[in-house]
Amino acid sequence: MKEVDIVVIGGGPAGLSAAVHAAKMGAGVLLLERSQALGGQLVKQTHKFFGSRQEFAGERGFDIAHTLMEQIAQQEKIEVWTNATALGYYPDGVLTVKRNENFRTFRPRKLIVATGASEKALAFPNNDLPGIYGAGAVQTLMNLYGVMPAKRVLMVGAGNIGVIVAYQLLQAGVEVAAVIEAAPRIGGYWVHASKIRRCGVPILTGHTIRQAHGTTQLTGVTVCRLDEKWTMIPGTDTLFEVDGLCLAVGLSPLTELLWQAGCKMNFVPELGGYVPWRNEYLQTTHKNVYVAGDVAGVEEASAAMVEGKLAGLAAAFALNHQTADFAADYRAAKQQLNALRSGPLSAKVCHGLCKVMLEEAM
Amino acid sequence: MLAIDGTATAEDLQAVLPTPDRRRRGAVAVIECFQEIPCNPCADACPRGAITMPENISQRPVFDPDKCNGCGVCVGRCPGLAIFVVDYSYGEDTALLKIPYEFRPLPQAGDSVTALDRQGAAVGSARVVKVQEQKNRTTILWLAVTAAMATAVRNIRLSGEVRA
Ligand SMILES: Cc1cc2nc3c(=O)[nH]c(=O)nc-3n(C[C@H](O)[C@H](O)[C@H](O)COP(=O)(O)OP(=O)(O)OC[C@H]3O[C@@H](n4cnc5c(N)ncnc54)[C@H](O)[C@@H]3O)c2cc1C
Ligand code: SF4
Ligand code: SF4
Repeated sequence: MKEVDIVVIGGGPAGLSAAVHAAKMGAGVLLLERSQALGGQLVKQTHKFFGSRQEFAGERGFDIAHTLMEQIAQQEKIEVWTNATALGYYPDGVLTVKRNENFRTFRPRKLIVATGASEKALAFPNNDLPGIYGAGAVQTLMNLYGVMPAKRVLMVGAGNIGVIVAYQLLQAGVEVAAVIEAAPRIGGYWVHASKIRRCGVPILTGHTIRQAHGTTQLTGVTVCRLDEKWTMIPGTDTLFEVDGLCLAVGLSPLTELLWQAGCKMNFVPELGGYVPWRNEYLQTTHKNVYVAGDVAGVEEASAAMVEGKLAGLAAAFALNHQTADFAADYRAAKQQLNALRSGPLSAKVCHGLCKVMLEEAM
Repeated sequence: MLAIDGTATAEDLQAVLPTPDRRRRGAVAVIECFQEIPCNPCADACPRGAITMPENISQRPVFDPDKCNGCGVCVGRCPGLAIFVVDYSYGEDTALLKIPYEFRPLPQAGDSVTALDRQGAAVGSARVVKVQEQKNRTTILWLAVTAAMATAVRNIRLSGEVRA
């Protein structure tokens, strides 16, 4: 069994940033990513990101992924394993991994879990018809493989993911019949919503799916209005003839490994579901397990990168690695994270974080 | 209303459109960014310091039209594609618009295209004056439109294209 300083699970923005900063402190890092390439959600994002220059604002997601991968490549202390899935983490500190078809075990001195989040589904009649996708699948087909998911799509969800993926569909030459949203207000940034509006896509807030139609594949979707109590209003049905339905109804953190590790968890709707308790160093109630990114609460890539940096620095520091500018670096990253979370749209996230922040280091 | 259907109201726009006096003095940016979001590339982009975030990144951009010369650098950088430049001094009854554009194929200078408003409705035609491609892949289109249309037009459609 191999001993390693730090294993980082997940090669998205949080994991990449954690690996780079832990290695810069002098720690040996093994980075595990279950898919064939690093980058996580970023590789599918063709739009320009928000934030400030420190988080590469104004650059496109896949370009940011490449910048992070270059930083990884420059660190000799990082070993990268792709096609490597972390399977389990046991009470004796053993981590099991499947890489390609081989089974391997490790005993990491510290573990940073940055596994991201998975998409939520929606229940309605015929929701298993071919042509009904999650937004992540649509992005993978379109932006990674250049495959058109459908000719005419109805988007469900006007959060950032829904409005952004609707825009990407338009760019790919797919018609977007409408974006519907059950809530009375658009959850995504208004600038993203305006981008699809000026392409003529209606955004229908207070609307939901009544049912999907089709026998062998999707042919249409009936949509209806909701009243203030979120019940369907009879007589408000509209039929959209579409061959694609894209669900962008939220994400929930991928926390299985944390449960198995015995980390204390809490259900926090503002953060997407069950998330681990953590202290300001992103350390969970298990002293060797740190978290960063969407697995710690669904947020943004900008925040994920900064959390990754904090977790990477803190885990390396706990293993007695030190650099001259550690303290200043750490403080600057904390301030950066606070600035990102200072606006009114972050109020929800901050409210959620209060429910899982441990007062002091364990 | 922005929060409900994604389109700015007349009052929203009133607050960001250039004053009649500023219009007479030539090209100027129109920043249609109405929500406090954690974002500041516009402030970083402006070479003249016309856009600032005085306190923090989550503020709305603060714009000084007297410092702006309508160069359009911010138009290409804003990730929200929320900044436009309008120049009412372009011609007798013609205004020049600079809009961000991220669709392919690109139009060519000299083309006549359908001008669309903030809801994507056709409101007339526009002549493409210049196609300014950028490294970050947001293209800035320079469009000549009638002065009366300049506050409404925010997008284009190539002839024969159907999108939504
Ligand atoms: C359409 C869309 C638009 C977005 N736009 C923006 C934006 O404009 N600005 C912004 O800041 N954010 C944006 N985001 C959010 C951003 O992409 C995420 O917040 C960010 O990617 C989270 O980073 P992460 O590293 O925590 O997770 P992810 O990027 O999801 O990465 C997690 C990685 O872990 C891997 N993994 C999971 N489990 C295992 C395991 N057991 N073993 C090994 N590997 C594993 C996964 O394969 C994945 O690669 C957007 C998201 C979407 C979907
Ligand atoms: S148009 Fe030029 S001068 Fe005016 S705000 Fe934008 S970048 Fe600054
Ligand atoms: S760059 Fe664009 S979206 Fe970001 S704050 Fe400036 S105007 Fe708003």
